[in-house]
Amino acid sequence: MDFFRQHILSITTFTPLVGAFLLLFVGKENKNAIRWIANLFGFLGLLVSLPLWFWYNRADGGFQFIERHEWIKTIGANYSLGADGISLLLILLTTVLGAIAILSSWTAIEMRVKEYYIFLLLLQVGMIGVFCSLDFFLFYVFWEVMLVPMYFLIGVWGSDRRLYSAIKFFLYTLVGSVVMLLGILVLYFHMPEGQRTFDYIQIMNYLHASPLASNIARFVWLAFFLGFAIKVPMFPFHTWLPDAHTDAPTAGSVILAGVLLKMGTYGFIRFSLPLLPNESQYFKGMMAALAIIGIVYGALVAMMQKDWKRLVAYSSVSHLGFVMLGMFCFNPNGVNGSVLQMINHGISTGGLFLIVGLVYERRHTRMISEYSGLSHVMPVYATYFMIIMLSSLGLPLLNGFIGEFTILQGAFQVSYTWAAFAVSGIILGAAYLLWLYQRTMFGEITNEKNKTLKDLNFREVATLFPLVVLALWIGIYPKPFFEILERPVNKVVATVQPDKFTVDSMGNLIVPDKAKANPLPASVPAGTEAAAAIQRDLPTTQSATPGVEKK
Amino acid sequence: MNFLKYIWLIPLLPLVGCFFNGVFGKRFSKVTIDFFALGSTLLSFLCSVGAVWQLSRLQPEERVFNLNLFEWIPAGVALTAHGFANFSIQWGYRLDPLSAVMILVVTGVGFLIHVYSTGYMAHEHGPHLGGYYRFFSYLNLFMFSMLTLVLANNFALMFVGWEGVGLCSYLLIGFYFHKKSAGDAGKKAFIVNRIGDAGFMLGMFLIFQTFGSLDFGTVMARAAEAPIEVYGSVGVLTAIGILLFLGATGKSAQLPLYTWLPDAMEGPTPVSALIHAATMVTAGVYMVSRTSVIYTHAPTAMMVVAVVGGVTAIFAASIGLVQNDIKRVLAYSTVSQLGYMFLACGVGAYFVGIFHLMTHAFFKALLFLGAGSVIHALSGEQDLRRMGALKNKIPKTYVTMLAATLAISGIPPFAGFFSKDEILWQAFSSEYGRWWLWLIGVVAALMTAFYMFRLIFLTFYNESRVDPEVEHHIHESPSNMIVPLQILAVLSVIGGFVQIPKFLFGGFDGFERWLEPVFKHPATEAGAAAVEHASLGAEAGLALFSVVVALTGIYLAYRFYYRPSSAPDRAMASAKPVYTVLFNKYYMDKIYDALFVNRTKDLGNALWAFDRGVIDGGVNGSGWFTRFTANVSCWWDKWIVDGLVNVVGFTVKMLSYPLRILQTGFVQSYAFLMVLGIIAFIWLYVLR
Repeated sequence: MDFFRQHILSITTFTPLVGAFLLLFVGKENKNAIRWIANLFGFLGLLVSLPLWFWYNRADGGFQFIERHEWIKTIGANYSLGADGISLLLILLTTVLGAIAILSSWTAIEMRVKEYYIFLLLLQVGMIGVFCSLDFFLFYVFWEVMLVPMYFLIGVWGSDRRLYSAIKFFLYTLVGSVVMLLGILVLYFHMPEGQRTFDYIQIMNYLHASPLASNIARFVWLAFFLGFAIKVPMFPFHTWLPDAHTDAPTAGSVILAGVLLKMGTYGFIRFSLPLLPNESQYFKGMMAALAIIGIVYGALVAMMQKDWKRLVAYSSVSHLGFVMLGMFCFNPNGVNGSVLQMINHGISTGGLFLIVGLVYERRHTRMISEYSGLSHVMPVYATYFMIIMLSSLGLPLLNGFIGEFTILQGAFQVSYTWAAFAVSGIILGAAYLLWLYQRTMFGEITNEKNKTLKDLNFREVATLFPLVVLALWIGIYPKPFFEILERPVNKVVATVQPDKFTVDSMGNLIVPDKAKANPLPASVPAGTEAAAAIQRDLPTTQSATPGVEKK
Repeated sequence: MNFLKYIWLIPLLPLVGCFFNGVFGKRFSKVTIDFFALGSTLLSFLCSVGAVWQLSRLQPEERVFNLNLFEWIPAGVALTAHGFANFSIQWGYRLDPLSAVMILVVTGVGFLIHVYSTGYMAHEHGPHLGGYYRFFSYLNLFMFSMLTLVLANNFALMFVGWEGVGLCSYLLIGFYFHKKSAGDAGKKAFIVNRIGDAGFMLGMFLIFQTFGSLDFGTVMARAAEAPIEVYGSVGVLTAIGILLFLGATGKSAQLPLYTWLPDAMEGPTPVSALIHAATMVTAGVYMVSRTSVIYTHAPTAMMVVAVVGGVTAIFAASIGLVQNDIKRVLAYSTVSQLGYMFLACGVGAYFVGIFHLMTHAFFKALLFLGAGSVIHALSGEQDLRRMGALKNKIPKTYVTMLAATLAISGIPPFAGFFSKDEILWQAFSSEYGRWWLWLIGVVAALMTAFYMFRLIFLTFYNESRVDPEVEHHIHESPSNMIVPLQILAVLSVIGGFVQIPKFLFGGFDGFERWLEPVFKHPATEAGAAAVEHASLGAEAGLALFSVVVALTGIYLAYRFYYRPSSAPDRAMASAKPVYTVLFNKYYMDKIYDALFVNRTKDLGNALWAFDRGVIDGGVNGSGWFTRFTANVSCWWDKWIVDGLVNVVGFTVKMLSYPLRILQTGFVQSYAFLMVLGIIAFIWLYVLR
């Protein structure tokens, strides 16, 4: 058990690799055995990652579960893993969506089954690795490794223009990552000779102690920006996304939207912000503008799509705009919301891609006009679609609302204008999703082929049900998520805005003395006489720090 | 039993009903579905009665009960105008006299409408029809959302209910989703509401930025200390007030966001009664009243509320004059009556707004349910032009509807008289009132009386214009539909007695005193003092005048529609353009479509073209350029670089050609050449 606990990140990362390795020894005509093994390891990968949730110490905002071994000594590269709250949630998102994606492929893939599952499992390894690497070299290796299986997933098992899309995806992201590598190398050579290392924490500490000259720092920031912004994708680097999404197989789209896009946002919050806080401040206006353009632009373009999957793909551009906007607020509300929205987007948009995939598998078309009145023949499907759609458009008590609400709250603190523009994305979000739902689910069945469609079977429900549960959980009781995020986010915020926020070593925000004098009251158990007595009178307990002057 | 401790049950019970019917309803019998749907609502109503009764036994100033259940959104610390504040939203309920009125109306009227629906929707139940359980599941979800809205103790939780009722409205308007019009109407309702919600959200953020909290108690206490802003200026509080009011115009169907409500009549009639008349659409009025402290400190915002309310009242009433669909007449009437409520709030008479909200809930729910009963009797006919002479065929429906019509027209002693008269009086006499606001109210009252009696005359009197096919199916509704009508009729008659003006039998101000603790703070007290000295005689005179106005409206309707005459046709002929404009609802839908909906779609299409052409074009262009340069390099490589190499090779090859011929590989040749060489050497060195 101790061994497991100390190496949980490695085990989580490489469990899928074991699965992929075992699959090599299974005959390729033995399709069901391949499927069972792949699903087993998908699920196993999820199981071994779950203890992270319970073992993670929420009181400490630093990295936990650290593993560190020397790797390539001559260049100072280490095998170094660790997770804080931000990466922890993303790792769990990856394992959950990974298991679901593998499960969703059971009947969808009939060709080259073995290779398919091997690539899917390898993809998992790369993604989890990216989220827990604490060494730039290792990070970069995982980052690039991940591209290859995705390239094949789109290029081999995709539809229509799959080769074009696969190559576009590969080259576009490669351009970004190569430039990012330049940035990494600048940081590496900034370290004094003899101490050079790729270690994330050492580089960060050194950078804070002796920053780069500002023009070089800006170059490095922009190099990172290109790598990450393409991945997010931010306007105007987003056009690979609709193509890749549209042509990828369902599981590919789920992973692509659910996890791969988060690599970019994760990159920003893990590297750009803490390593180069001043430059992040410097480019804040540009980032907010691009994010807001993304929100509105993505939503408007999504609205006019005729292809169901492309519509969902463009909605991602809009949602990721919210994530970026929240992050570049540099205040706890915005950044908390931003990270939570990464998870939310994985759940909602992952779910939406599953939804498209389910009818695509039945009808082999993605054109919205081919469908109408599906809820007559597929009521269960219609119900799940409804819930996931509502979660995507940010209805309260579902996950999307919590993220968007806190992001907008954070944005409002920075600028009224930001919030006012971003809010329009919420209106447009309702418009394109409800219109999509109406066109596909409502009305009479006009197409003969749709009259005999089968409703969801147990396996298909099993892919959607966990997402709905997660959506409701985050919507109704997001507190555990905020508890995990609070301190790591405080640290990021305090690094970027040291003049406004300060933290102690654990990541607790240090509020000026005056406010501290009036701490938040401990919650009184609901429904007791004491609660009634305390709470009957004005003013009530909430968020009270009265008497504090504006700083 | 301490009901106050269990107020969390009030919203939770309907949610439980929703869950059971929603998940298992397909396999339930009708009785089981009724049991969950009605049982949960009834229990919720009983809990509300118990809680309100206990609340009423406390001293007036103690009548605030807060119950925080758990921390809902703890999103960290924020820097606000109030210093560092924790953005921490509680899941908490607040029962005070205002929410007490609301929960009683919502659960009471809601329960009656549930009962009515068991009759009205009965034909939806069957092995192949999924409608019945779905309907009740949605209806219970609505109850949960609405009760969350009115019981919430902070803005964010209120917003949960706010959007939740919007969702239920969407689901129930689109209940007959196979009809395109129903789907369109539901979508329109949701999106238009979202526009308002965006305003609500921004208002909420501004509140948090200003007061460092979203809790009602804290915000109101802090707002009460703020200085009153100058009329005509737009300060922070005015901005908050206007943003929140934008939310209210969406939910409560006021100008400019009212267009969704008439379309919402696509939903089943009980839904129109519950959601689009009695409860959900009044949420905006509740919200403005709930934040009365902020509005009182922002006179400009109040004026905006009053003017929008007044203009909407008269605008919607004028459209209602000429509509032919029985439910649409009632829908425009609802928009107009909501305008009245906002007018009351806008002149600072929040308790009157709530008073009218309550009486309106009774008589408008009754009117819709009565209309539903008429539609039921006529096998689905909704067009007033194909009704008539139903008075004796469905007498119970007729009597109850007549009571409601008298109430909405403002005839004493029916409930509507007291609330409407109080609104007009406050619009005239309050310190925020204006004579022209009063005049708007009076004109709207005239129209109200006219269109309502037009509806009654066209439906129940004269000769029958009913389709002969339908004629012999006409039947009075079953008792589970009639009894709720009768209960609501009684409430429409006596509901106004909780607040009687002073000039009648010395008056009774129970309702005002009940709500006083909610609306009382230093600013309103100053205002109240100003009203005190207004004369009793003036109030009585104005009341008499408004009754005369109502009677005039009824008389006009009688002249036009009761006596079989050509009067309406002649009037229409003489005012053809006005009639056309009104009949087409001022072309607002077309204008909105042309200005906003289509332009947004155009923009979307343009951006999509831009995306494909310019941005992706750039990407593909760079790909093309790369390939082009690759081709050029390839050519260069092949012909220039490699060419040079080849030239060198060729030169060497050419130069070496003569030598190569010598290299034949035959030993004889070599030997021959060697001999030749030797001979040459000998000749050179020896013979020379």
